[in-house]
Amino acid sequence: MQYLVMIYIDETAPADYSKISPEFEDYARRLTEAGVFQAGARLLASSTATTIRVRDNEELFTDGPFAEAREQLGGYYLFECENLDEALKWAAQCPATQYGAVEVRPLAH
Amino acid sequence: MSTDPLAAVFRAEHGRVLARLISLLGDFDLAEEALADAYATAAGKWRADGVPDHPAAWLVTTARNRAIDRIRGARRLDAHLADLAEQPAPPPVEGPVLDDRLRLFFTCCHPALDRQAQVALILRCLGGLSSEEVARLFLVRESTVQQRIVRAKRKIRGAGIPFRVPGSDELSHRLPAVLAVIYLLFTEGYAATSGPDLIKNSLCDEAIRLARVLYELLPERPVAALLALLLLTDARRAARVDASGRLVPLEEQDRTLWNRAQLDEGRRLVIGSAGPYAVQAAIAAVHADARTPEETDWPQIVHLYAMLAPSPMVELNRAIAVAMATGPDAGLRLLDHVRLDSHLLPAARADLLRRAGRVPEAVAAYEKALELVGNQVEREYLERRLGELTSS
Repeated sequence: MQYLVMIYIDETAPADYSKISPEFEDYARRLTEAGVFQAGARLLASSTATTIRVRDNEELFTDGPFAEAREQLGGYYLFECENLDEALKWAAQCPATQYGAVEVRPLAH
Repeated sequence: MSTDPLAAVFRAEHGRVLARLISLLGDFDLAEEALADAYATAAGKWRADGVPDHPAAWLVTTARNRAIDRIRGARRLDAHLADLAEQPAPPPVEGPVLDDRLRLFFTCCHPALDRQAQVALILRCLGGLSSEEVARLFLVRESTVQQRIVRAKRKIRGAGIPFRVPGSDELSHRLPAVLAVIYLLFTEGYAATSGPDLIKNSLCDEAIRLARVLYELLPERPVAALLALLLLTDARRAARVDASGRLVPLEEQDRTLWNRAQLDEGRRLVIGSAGPYAVQAAIAAVHADARTPEETDWPQIVHLYAMLAPSPMVELNRAIAVAMATGPDAGLRLLDHVRLDSHLLPAARADLLRRAGRVPEAVAAYEKALELVGNQVEREYLERRLGELTSS
């Protein structure tokens, strides 16, 4: 099964990338070796987001993320796992779980 | 619960049969639907021919065949289920059924499900209770229970929650949730937080039944501790409420009404137990050892409370034990540091103030407790105590 792993972090508390980058690199390496990693990336701050709605054929753009919240989507992974237990086991090892929150959602298939 | 003998057989076999079917079919809903079909068939056949020697085996075979009929009928696209329908029918199971209930315990109590869903699932799937019965026990609408179960099963299927017993490396992380659900069922049965009755007997019985099954399947020390705690606590049930339904506090209970067989069994289990419930079970065992309230080894109970992880409830109970061991003033000083948003805190304070002879303060504390209490039987107990103080 495929799972989208969404990393939510508090953007008002800037991360120390010199410290966390090696942790994420190590994590990505282990995911790849286990055959779990399918895709993943860090996102730029939610202030760079644009939200679009089309109503009555009119495109409405909003400068900012879909929902204003303290914790914002900061990155994602796509996992291939046998079941939820395996996905949760790997997601729990994500460095971001130490300071943010990680949501695990199965892909519809 | 139903008194129909067939319904009693169904209920006794439900968890084992459902667990086996989920394992064979790999699908929660299909297993439940097929089992309902098998019950309907059995109801006619067993009434005519009598209950077979191995009712569980009969139900598994019949339900599996019904499931295959359903898969063929619905032309399910699911590859796994389609394969199953193509296989030749297996020979009927005649002996005891392979026990898959342990997997069902862990799936029902999976940490990715919320606690209310876990509770509803375990009662429905392993306890064999109907949604209506679950709803009655928790004083919620039947539709609420059904929604919780539907949502939980959708998540089990959709999110890929596996039907398995966690490996030995994970068991210590996963077992506490299973134990917590059973303990929650028991505590809700033993001291109902709402409603007219203090004790919901059927919920206590169900929790003990589930704990027994779990211990039989997984004879580990933390499970022994939980079963011991439930047995030792429940043994006092008959003495806890008098004939008119009034609450009887521990020191006023008729100890000859305590269930000796259950106390003995609990005491034996405590010896080989460990984990978070073991200390509570040991405390219950100390109470069980005392033939009169005066014989209670309160210093030992104080010592045991100190071994529990601190929480407001633990601090409250420790303060009461200290009061009983060394006098109400020492207990009251400890209660000053307890922060708990419940009637239990002013009720404990009131009781200790009463013992210390500080009547006006005790009256005020009983009044405070009465503002917060939710259970009718507990309310009447507090009113009675308050009445005794104000009339003398």
